[in-house]
Amino acid sequence: MAAIFQGVGAAAALSSLPSNSFDSNKSVFSPRRSFSVRKGASFAVVRSDGTVNLNPKGRRTQQLIPNAVATKADSAAASSSSKPGHELLLFEALLEGLEEEMERDPRVCVMGEDVGHYGGSYKVTKGLAKKFGDLRVLDTPIAENSFTGMGIGAAMTGLRPVVEGMNMGFLLLAFNQISNNCGMLHYTSGGQFTIPIVIRGPGGVGRQLGAEHSQRLESYFQSIPGIQMVACSTPYNAKGLMKAAIRSENPVILFEHVLLYNLKERIPDEDYICNLEEAEMVRPGEHVTILTYSRMRYHVMQAAKTLVNKGYDPEVIDIRSLKPFDLYTIGNSVKKTHRVLIVEECMRTGGIGASLTAAITENFNDYLDAPIVCLSSQDVPTPYAGTLEEVTVVQPAQIVTAVEQLCQ
Amino acid sequence: MALSQLASSSPSRSVNLLKPLLSAISLHRPISTDTTPITVETSVPFTAHQCEAPSRTVQTNAQELLNFFRDMAVMRRMEIAADSLYKAKLIRGFCHLYDGQEAVAVGMEAALTKKDCIITSYRDHCTFVGRDGTLLEVFAELMGRQAGCSKGKGGSMHFYKKDSNFYGGHGIVGAQVPLGCGLAFAQKYCKDEAVTFALYGDGAANQGQLFEALNISALWNLPAILVCENNHYGMGTAEWRAAKSPAYYKRGDYAPGLKVDGMDALAVKQACAFAKEHALKNGPIILEMDTYRYHGHSMSDPGSTYRTRDEITGVRQERDPIERIRKLILLHDLATEKELKDIEKEVRKEVDDAIAQAKENPVPEPSKLFSDVYAKGLGVESFGADRKEVRATLA
Repeated sequence: MAAIFQGVGAAAALSSLPSNSFDSNKSVFSPRRSFSVRKGASFAVVRSDGTVNLNPKGRRTQQLIPNAVATKADSAAASSSSKPGHELLLFEALLEGLEEEMERDPRVCVMGEDVGHYGGSYKVTKGLAKKFGDLRVLDTPIAENSFTGMGIGAAMTGLRPVVEGMNMGFLLLAFNQISNNCGMLHYTSGGQFTIPIVIRGPGGVGRQLGAEHSQRLESYFQSIPGIQMVACSTPYNAKGLMKAAIRSENPVILFEHVLLYNLKERIPDEDYICNLEEAEMVRPGEHVTILTYSRMRYHVMQAAKTLVNKGYDPEVIDIRSLKPFDLYTIGNSVKKTHRVLIVEECMRTGGIGASLTAAITENFNDYLDAPIVCLSSQDVPTPYAGTLEEVTVVQPAQIVTAVEQLCQ
Repeated sequence: MALSQLASSSPSRSVNLLKPLLSAISLHRPISTDTTPITVETSVPFTAHQCEAPSRTVQTNAQELLNFFRDMAVMRRMEIAADSLYKAKLIRGFCHLYDGQEAVAVGMEAALTKKDCIITSYRDHCTFVGRDGTLLEVFAELMGRQAGCSKGKGGSMHFYKKDSNFYGGHGIVGAQVPLGCGLAFAQKYCKDEAVTFALYGDGAANQGQLFEALNISALWNLPAILVCENNHYGMGTAEWRAAKSPAYYKRGDYAPGLKVDGMDALAVKQACAFAKEHALKNGPIILEMDTYRYHGHSMSDPGSTYRTRDEITGVRQERDPIERIRKLILLHDLATEKELKDIEKEVRKEVDDAIAQAKENPVPEPSKLFSDVYAKGLGVESFGADRKEVRATLA
């Protein structure tokens, strides 16, 4: 409830400010938004289990398995009430979340290359520049180090910038700013400054994009103290995580994936956010816990289809929160199934899977019946040739084999 | 003639008779708050790039000059004291001292308000004091105690004071300049009518991110002022060995620049006021402060392997900022030699008291290791009914 009033209050404040920092002509609310506010829709908080159309345990063998590959219209996502919701693609969900937050809070601004007039290289910021003006949607020159630094400096004063890396790999140039300033300033200043910045962008292995454009930065950033990392995988959690990240007082890095932008899903009409530290139960099961995130979720679900036909019952959890790990959900699952398989897109060495393996072993060793198996990408620069690239990442067949071996 | 103003209208002959009496009175006389303007000419003219240099004549007054003197005396004494504390192993790690460069800090403060932001690198003790940081906070932070400005968790290179818009305090050379341009962006966004001074050194001037940030600031017309504190040595490397073009004020190319005698507090004040006015209207400007540090780069650097002792003593004799202000005060008879010495004694005592207090202060509690890593919560109600805490500590 509080958030809705905040939203209305912010809207009133925006229109009454004589010296708006953006053009007030452009603050036209889209009909969808005002519709939901007028109806006084409750602030729908949906837990991660709520997003799956759960059947009671006895009927799980007849449970429908969502498609592993993109583009489907699954009404299971809009579960909070009987509202039909609306269908959109993942990048539109991100756009919607960003737009709603920008309307709600005038301190939110977007910085990045080609985010303004061009509309964003993956269309995540399409139309925002026209709506909010050049001071709130800022086209930067190609200077990641400095514009990330500028975003952090602005955040120190209380602005809430959303910095886009056109590809996550480009943010390596801003590593110093992200590590030393973004992550550490809250601590080294003794709590004086918070850095409510969101750094987002697409990463991961795409379709033959080449080595430098197929990087998985979550493995490099995971050690930085003071930041939070989340990875979205569906339009529902993309919008929810985007909104939560913007509202968070901590710096959040939101990892999107190049190949997931055109996923279609039905999401609720009302305002909702996803908990940043929570993992998502995709498919409950009994035999093995499969932990995954981002694109690999879909490879896992595809493998799950095969596994179910072979008589296995995997529990699939999309960990979503890469830092910190949701050891509560993961722990409960491990206690139930006693077997863990991690499927990730990071490289074997020093990836999220490596850290997750260590974390689970440390905390739940007594509950494990078998060593944790971690399937990761190969420790090679991603090759251009399509056949080689396919072998670099984990494929559903490998997941099936791994589960079979694990469950012997 | 301050003394004669205080004395009742006595003819000049009897001033000598009254002098012992007056000097007794003068011990109780407060620092002159006389604000009648005094006009001073800076010793060196400004050199300008792509703009009109401000005039060499600076308006000041007795109060300001005495404040300069006192503030610089505090800074000088504080840095010398930090030197001793470091040698006594009470301060560890890195300690970069600012003595010699005090004029930049005080001159800048005189031209700004606390609404303007300052951000600098690791040589930040005096800039912090200029922004109303207390001596106790300085020494406690240097010694890693709780009363430090960053609660003991930052150290010498991480002094911050949010309520006076002092943004630190940064260890990585040059990284503070994009942050500073971000501060200027926020000021423009919120229509603050204030400016940001982003300080860096001649060593950092060769960092690419400076030019990136300057480019963006110029494109977006941000009220950012980039101040190069040129003390002619980037750690052990002289500027002529590190920069093909040591005219740092010209390096902005399209951005105007001004070269200032950084050992002259009044010149610094004039230049900063000029820059503030310029930046609010026309976007970024570069100031190069020609200054000098007496100590080495840090406490682990003797400072004499790459420059001669003669050079250091030469600068100290000819260009020392405190001596300049002292001469100016004595010239205009705003205070006597003795009074100035008394001020210095008082300052010394103040510093010693602060050190004693800081030494008594406890070190941070062990539990504080994990505090302030994250800011708490999302600020919105987002949790389901039975959301539990994550069990493992990954703070």
